[in-house]
Amino acid sequence: MLAEPASVQEVADGLQSVGYLPGESTALVAYLAARLGKPILVEGPAGVGKTELAKALSRYLDRTLIRLQCYEGLDEAKALYEWNYRKQLLAIQATEKTDWDATKGDIFGEEFLLERPLMSAIASPDPVVLLIDEIDKTDQEFEAMLLEVLSEFQISIPELGRVEARTQPIVLLTSNNTRELTEALKRRCLYLWLDYPELDHELAIVKLHSPEISDTLGRRLVEIVSMVRGLDLKKPPSIAESIDWARALLLLGADDIDQQTFNDTMSIIVKHRTDLDIVVERVGAKLGGPLGAGA
Amino acid sequence: MPAPDQAGLAARLLEFGEELRSEGVAVGTSELLDGFAVLSEISWEDPADFREALAATLAKSQEDRRVFELVFERFFFRAAEMAAVREGVREEGGIDPDEVNAELDMETLRQLIAQALHDGDEGRMRDLARLAIAAFGRQGEGSGVIGVDVQRIRRQLGLRSEPQPDLPPEDPRHEGLPRDEIRRFEQILRRELERAQIERTEQLPPARPLNELDRALPSGPLQDLAAVHRVVAQLKRRLKTQGQEARGRKRRAHVDMRKTMRASLEYGGVPLNVKLKPVRPRRPEIFVLCDVSTSVTSASVFFLSVMHALHDSFRKMRSFVFIERISEVTEVFAKERDFRAVSEAIGRDAGVADISGYTDYGRVWREFRDQVEDELHPRATVIVLGDARTNGRDPAAPIFGSITAKAGRTFWLNPEPRLYWNYGDSVIAAYEQYCEAYECWTTRQLEDFVRALTKPLVTGG
Repeated sequence: MLAEPASVQEVADGLQSVGYLPGESTALVAYLAARLGKPILVEGPAGVGKTELAKALSRYLDRTLIRLQCYEGLDEAKALYEWNYRKQLLAIQATEKTDWDATKGDIFGEEFLLERPLMSAIASPDPVVLLIDEIDKTDQEFEAMLLEVLSEFQISIPELGRVEARTQPIVLLTSNNTRELTEALKRRCLYLWLDYPELDHELAIVKLHSPEISDTLGRRLVEIVSMVRGLDLKKPPSIAESIDWARALLLLGADDIDQQTFNDTMSIIVKHRTDLDIVVERVGAKLGGPLGAGA
Repeated sequence: MPAPDQAGLAARLLEFGEELRSEGVAVGTSELLDGFAVLSEISWEDPADFREALAATLAKSQEDRRVFELVFERFFFRAAEMAAVREGVREEGGIDPDEVNAELDMETLRQLIAQALHDGDEGRMRDLARLAIAAFGRQGEGSGVIGVDVQRIRRQLGLRSEPQPDLPPEDPRHEGLPRDEIRRFEQILRRELERAQIERTEQLPPARPLNELDRALPSGPLQDLAAVHRVVAQLKRRLKTQGQEARGRKRRAHVDMRKTMRASLEYGGVPLNVKLKPVRPRRPEIFVLCDVSTSVTSASVFFLSVMHALHDSFRKMRSFVFIERISEVTEVFAKERDFRAVSEAIGRDAGVADISGYTDYGRVWREFRDQVEDELHPRATVIVLGDARTNGRDPAAPIFGSITAKAGRTFWLNPEPRLYWNYGDSVIAAYEQYCEAYECWTTRQLEDFVRALTKPLVTGG
């Protein structure tokens, strides 16, 4: 277990040591979140490493990562807690008590509580990193329910009372910006916008994950990826895909990306039929190599 | 940097928050408190950290962030200059223009700047900007208007992003300069010019609120896009819950006997676990038809922004634009989130089949019916945005009637004042008998429309 980070630089170095190269503001906001105990709301396009940031933080701080994947229709029973009614039933049958008050007191105890992600994050004896992924997929009602958890780090259970956090979890909420989140939620969070990294930054990331790649090939790769992102695509390539592509190129033993190599391997970064056509036409043609090899 | 006393900083920060508010960023007291909290955690030595930390607490969306950057620049630049004027401090250090100027000709300066831009070295750029300004000042070309001067200097320096192949290959300009760096250099130039002006006159120019252009908000000539989005978000909530109050007792859950019986077997036939029939939330389905012919040009930006906002709120939605015939643009909205890109894409390749440029409602209804007839059902809502001017062609109201009969509700939003309805070739009356028509050309009227939605009604048809 690591102590709290003491400076922004420490966080930046720590994240890098576990394989995540933070951008300028990322390390700063992560540091502030750890110091102030505020949740971070991370927004940005898909595939810029929002979820990865949470994983890296948990690795770096040596905390357990608890993940709550949001989806439409997610409710309290799936996110907070549920009563284990089967067990309650068994308990009633086993004890055969006739006194209702005593029974009631018995069966609504912690023993019969099924912990769901939020609950386990709060109740955990060790500090954790809580990732609430794709919060924009849930309904507004769910957001409202989160408010208590996020600002007070406590959960009220009518039968049991309040469960308060024993340690300060680091909370990350990610959103793909498919809908506007409520003001109330935003107010409780630090805001971090992650965008596709700049060329040099992405090159550094690629090199961190596949160190064998040569400078020229790496640069060429990130330049092409950024060119592809500039097109009007359904799904622009993510950072993870640039890394995959770099690995694939290394496996194939390519030392430069010409049109042929590009056309052969671009399915790693472009995953839509219509996108493929656009990319072949706009990017493939710009690269050197035999003409007419494309579509 | 001398450590500013706390009270002074607190006051500054509050002023800053006030300024953000006046530009429309929602900064509450809790945000400001957070702002103070983060500033006690970081060192103020690093301007980037200072700015990022404040931004993380005060600006909670990309939109806000953009405004934050602009206000931050303006506010702290002015604050620093104000202090400098008060204390009589002048810039010193860096390259002294008078010293170097003698042996520095224009071409060397051009090359130096190009190199600095190529390397993205900001400190160097700042020094060179001062040099450039000094050089131009000596030529006596200053116009006094900062924006004009910046462009003049830039042109003289020959900073271009296009490659200049006639230069030697080792010159950074051979490949063309990075566009972002040129923009950054322009910003530095502007700031240095402002600083010089302030030093000359020893007072600050009046603060100027950000105008719409500065913020780069995609806003139509008629309305603010954000306002439309807010209203449509309301519309979504209303459509979701509408009609439920009318259903009354149906809102109570119903017991699913089959499931309850089956579950009871587990406990020897005692229905311990009562299974309810799931209450299916109403998932509105929307069909939007938008007129984009020339007679509604002025309103079409507004209409498109309404469509854009609708797409933001509703998943199950199909949209069509029409002039003489209809063409579906659902894909365009699904692919693009940026409003400007959407409107461009629609203008460019929505492929509105359009021979005469005149609306043909009769044909539009027929085509619409053919395309979506099977999908219309009582839970669907049809919204038509158009002026109902048929150019003397057949309005084909009965066909429209058959569409409205199949759909749950139909609304017509007309961008013309009610006064003009049914004059000339407007045939809104023919359609009004089948649907509810609203005059709608401002966000306020859009709000009225949303409010009208909540009124209980007998579904038409």
